Amino acid sequence: MSFVSPEVFLKERIATVQDYSLLVGRAVADIFTRPHYWDEIYTQMDSIGAGSMPIVILTGFFTGCVLALQSATSLEEFGAVSMTGNLVALSMVRELGPVLTGLMLAGRNASGMASELGSMKVTEQIDAMRALGTDPIRKLVTPRLFATVFMMFFLTIIADAVGIAGGALVSISSLGLNANAYFHSSYRSLHYGSVIQGLTKPLFSGFIIATIGCYYGLNTKGGTQGVGRATTQAVVASSVLIIVVDFIVSRAMLFVFGQ
Amino acid sequence: MTPMTTPTAIDTEREQYTGDDTAPVVVFEGVSIAFAKPVLEDISFTVAPGETRIILGPAGCGKSVLMKMVNGLLRADSGTITVFGQDVTRMRETDLFTLRARIGMVFQESALFDSLSVADNVAYRLNEEKTPEAEARTRVEEALKFVALEQAIDKFPSELSGGMRRRVSIARALITKPDLILYDSPTGGLDPITSTTIIELVIKQRDVSHTTSLLITHRIQDAFTLAMNRYNPEKGRMERIPDDGIEPSTKFLVLNEGKVVFDGSTEELVSTDDPWLKEYLS
Repeated sequence: MSFVSPEVFLKERIATVQDYSLLVGRAVADIFTRPHYWDEIYTQMDSIGAGSMPIVILTGFFTGCVLALQSATSLEEFGAVSMTGNLVALSMVRELGPVLTGLMLAGRNASGMASELGSMKVTEQIDAMRALGTDPIRKLVTPRLFATVFMMFFLTIIADAVGIAGGALVSISSLGLNANAYFHSSYRSLHYGSVIQGLTKPLFSGFIIATIGCYYGLNTKGGTQGVGRATTQAVVASSVLIIVVDFIVSRAMLFVFGQ
Repeated sequence: MTPMTTPTAIDTEREQYTGDDTAPVVVFEGVSIAFAKPVLEDISFTVAPGETRIILGPAGCGKSVLMKMVNGLLRADSGTITVFGQDVTRMRETDLFTLRARIGMVFQESALFDSLSVADNVAYRLNEEKTPEAEARTRVEEALKFVALEQAIDKFPSELSGGMRRRVSIARALITKPDLILYDSPTGGLDPITSTTIIELVIKQRDVSHTTSLLITHRIQDAFTLAMNRYNPEKGRMERIPDDGIEPSTKFLVLNEGKVVFDGSTEELVSTDDPWLKEYLS
């Protein structure tokens, strides 16, 4: 590992933020101008949305199960096991559903985008695309951005639903709770602010996953080793950013809705 | 080459661009570019309409960088590059996409889209222009016939040999009948027989369509094959120009350590007194 002066290090970081901002600006602007690559958008929706369903369902379901199992132990001390549904639903919808879905998609799709675009970059396919008169941002980045944000929203709803269902399974089979009581408690716990908070976060996560994945992919250097490096960086950067932005959005939502 | 059907959006754009037929197609004026260190310094040359400019030089002297600067894939740090009368050093990327519709490029490693079939690779530009499917198919077949690869139309790049990939890349570059073709080491890494096949295609394109072109090669013998042969349409193959003749529209540009060391005709190159050039050519 080579060391550089603080000045060079700082300049490199600023240049990275600048390049990322330019890429994001162009990708967003391309949503509102023609031509649109609808076939590419649908392909990405299928790959990101339908392709990520199994991991989102499994993660959401077992998170709901373990949440019910763990919280019941604490709630039992206060004689409040009947509040398990309340706790699972609130945790899943406000926090765990959006964050876990974001992290799962970061692992699966940010890495996929970085490696796919990175491979295209190192084999000169991106240059070939430009030489053939196609804007790679419009053709490759904008469809991924649109598809990820759109599908992330629905995947989070699915994760929330199966998480609550997982909690229900544990509550009914292991804790001996009544199904009606569980779902009633879950339903009553979800207020407007909680739902809005839970549905706002995936929009940010989707944006982060697509833009970070594409940014690292399009800036890949150094052959196959560079593709591996870009993939790792994309997953790490998008995962960290998802959690940081989750905190910021939570804080903002608590300020707006007061709960 | 078989005529390629009805006019397209590209043809219409081409008509709008066409200006002075005698004006140089490519003009480099004092062009320099550096990455970590200087790659090209103060490069100046011009390419006339219909000319085939062969770019020679040792590995790493900046030939591919120069080629990418012609169609704006890389930006010069200083100097001016004019292509079809337009200054590509100052054009926005979105404007460059329009200009690139007139330029075909064959990349060093073919740069075929590996997730697309040969047909879709060759038809890439046509599909982007929303050319009707039947017309696109006909033109793809014609382009693949030109490079003698009709049988590979439904294959994927991974199923092709290096030489076949290079030929598909040529077909992709030629399908819209560009006014300028950039060949970046089209014979690089290929065996001598396949290299000769590729050079024959370049000669065929030069003599049949008289398209202006820039060609990078590491193989001196390929360069001289280009300069001393012509395409015989009756026999359907290239042949030596009689009486040791030289193809007049084929000229040379030799680079070394990022600078132009020779710019001129075949006769001037072979009679040079420059000791480095003599050693390089030998």
